[in-house]
Amino acid sequence: MSKNEVNLSEFINLAEDHGYIDNLGAIQQNDVKEFVRVGIDTDESLRSATFIQKDSSIIHCSKSIEGVEIKGIAQALEQYDWLNDYLWKLMSHEKDDITKALNIKPDQGGYFIWIKKGVKAQKPLQTCLHIAKEKFSQKVHNIVVVEEDAELHIIAGCSTSDHLNSGLHIGVSEFYIKKGATLKYTMIHDWGENVYVRPKTAVHVDEGGVFISNYISLKPVGSIVANPITILEKNATARINSILVAGKGTYMDMGSVVELNGAGARAEIISRAIVAGGTIISRGHLMGKENGVKGHLECKGLILKDGLLHAIPELSGHTPGVEMSHEAAVGKIDKREIEYLMARGLNEEEAVSTIVRGFLNVDIEGLPADLAARIDAAVKETEKDMM
Amino acid sequence: MLIIEELKVEVGDKEILKNVNLHVPPGETHILFGPNGSGKTSLMMTIMGFSGYKVTRGKITFKGEDVTYMPIHERAKLGIGVLFQRPPTINGLSTRRMVEICAGKKTVDIDALSKQLRFDDFLERDVNHNLSGGEIKRSELLQLSAQQPDLLLLDEPESGVDLESIALLGDSINTLLQRGIKRPALCHNPIMSAKPKSALVITHTGHILDYITADKGQVLYKGQLRCSRNAREILKWIREYGYEDCVECVL
Repeated sequence: MSKNEVNLSEFINLAEDHGYIDNLGAIQQNDVKEFVRVGIDTDESLRSATFIQKDSSIIHCSKSIEGVEIKGIAQALEQYDWLNDYLWKLMSHEKDDITKALNIKPDQGGYFIWIKKGVKAQKPLQTCLHIAKEKFSQKVHNIVVVEEDAELHIIAGCSTSDHLNSGLHIGVSEFYIKKGATLKYTMIHDWGENVYVRPKTAVHVDEGGVFISNYISLKPVGSIVANPITILEKNATARINSILVAGKGTYMDMGSVVELNGAGARAEIISRAIVAGGTIISRGHLMGKENGVKGHLECKGLILKDGLLHAIPELSGHTPGVEMSHEAAVGKIDKREIEYLMARGLNEEEAVSTIVRGFLNVDIEGLPADLAARIDAAVKETEKDMM
Repeated sequence: MLIIEELKVEVGDKEILKNVNLHVPPGETHILFGPNGSGKTSLMMTIMGFSGYKVTRGKITFKGEDVTYMPIHERAKLGIGVLFQRPPTINGLSTRRMVEICAGKKTVDIDALSKQLRFDDFLERDVNHNLSGGEIKRSELLQLSAQQPDLLLLDEPESGVDLESIALLGDSINTLLQRGIKRPALCHNPIMSAKPKSALVITHTGHILDYITADKGQVLYKGQLRCSRNAREILKWIREYGYEDCVECVL
């Protein structure tokens, strides 16, 4: 079976319960290490709220500010009747085998995050979905609702235990960004060499809203196929950045679809992909459906070692008044750049790593300093594996 | 400082330099004239050691060391630095970081240096990204000021620079070369070392000669150095008679 398919029956649906941990500081050292790698901070004073799920158990859920609700999705649905109006609304349960693998009524985990009207959370909120059990298929349904004029940054980490060989993560996510609201969503993934990952994400951005998505995956992942859809209404903005590194054994098919449905909508999709033995299919699709929308798509890839880098940028305009462009480049590092740096005193290896680091240095706005430093360190670490 | 003997260089399969002999003593600035395609830039690239310039005969000696086949970065460490005419953009690498790279282990006040060169607004920009001709030259000079090479190879420092900026550029080159600078004895400028610097300067227009003092000029014609005398004199001859007649005079 090719790596773009996943055999659901190979995975098991039940995992033992993990105990709830009141205090983040009390999490087992092993787990902490794995969580920290994907952006989780155990110092809760740096985050406005925290949600951690291990296999199918929510092991921690807390918040330190008013105006934000964070809960397991099942519990939230019991508490808030109205939440049913947000369930399977951006995506059909019948969409494909992956969505059908989840129950209509979420009962296997996932989070509900709700930030109330006008609340601007200063500190990011963090979530972590972690697989610890071998061969476990973690299935989550996440809903995020950002009410009018509210602002929130979610740092969403996904990871697996170091000892884990194989696992499956299926995540359905529906994000609702209301009028004038802003959601930044930074995902850091650290899966495993035989882990299958199938996120299904749909985002609706209402008038004047802003969605900023940053996706970072530097470590090997068996197979990930993710094509999130973002729908932009009038004057809404989406900026979607991804940084992908595919070492040996990694298969990634990634890329956003953005529908620009309202006049004045703006979208920018930027991806940086490095292939060092693996496969990356780097997609991106801007659909201009209304006059006066603008979009730009940029897919840049470097091939450091054998592998496949397939860039598929797509633009579709449905009316004359759209303005969309794309830029795609795939290749090796330009020798002139290497020699330019060497003429300034760096040896060849240092020059190459300086260029690679620059290439991956996409300006990710609003990233907390601790996380930026951690990503920088991870990039440096990754370089060693690539060379 | 730099001695080139019987240098023959091929680019692709084409012989670009036929037989070049050149000597730049310590502290001297030499000007390299020559029509387009005569091999001036190729000569500089060969001195720096860039790939694609194959030395088939001859020898390059720098500070007494044979550098003919030395890797680029070792030549840089030994004290050769280039002002590139069209340097590449390096995405994601800020000019500030680049200047730090150039400084190596030296401590350099990048902000003060870039203010002098009126480059302070561009420090956080990616190296050479969306820079005008003049800005590129100032970026290159900033990098070289941090690198402090003992031999500067300046490839058309005035090309693409507007008349107003050319004076600043000339001043900066003079500072770098430590020529024509009146300094009070007690003024300590940490970026200047006491050692005299040498330079090889390519120029088409000769405008740069209004700002820097040249010790000698040479004409590279059809892959060979054909004339060696006062730079201003050569410039005058070229202006009046063209390259062909200019090199005829010494043949």
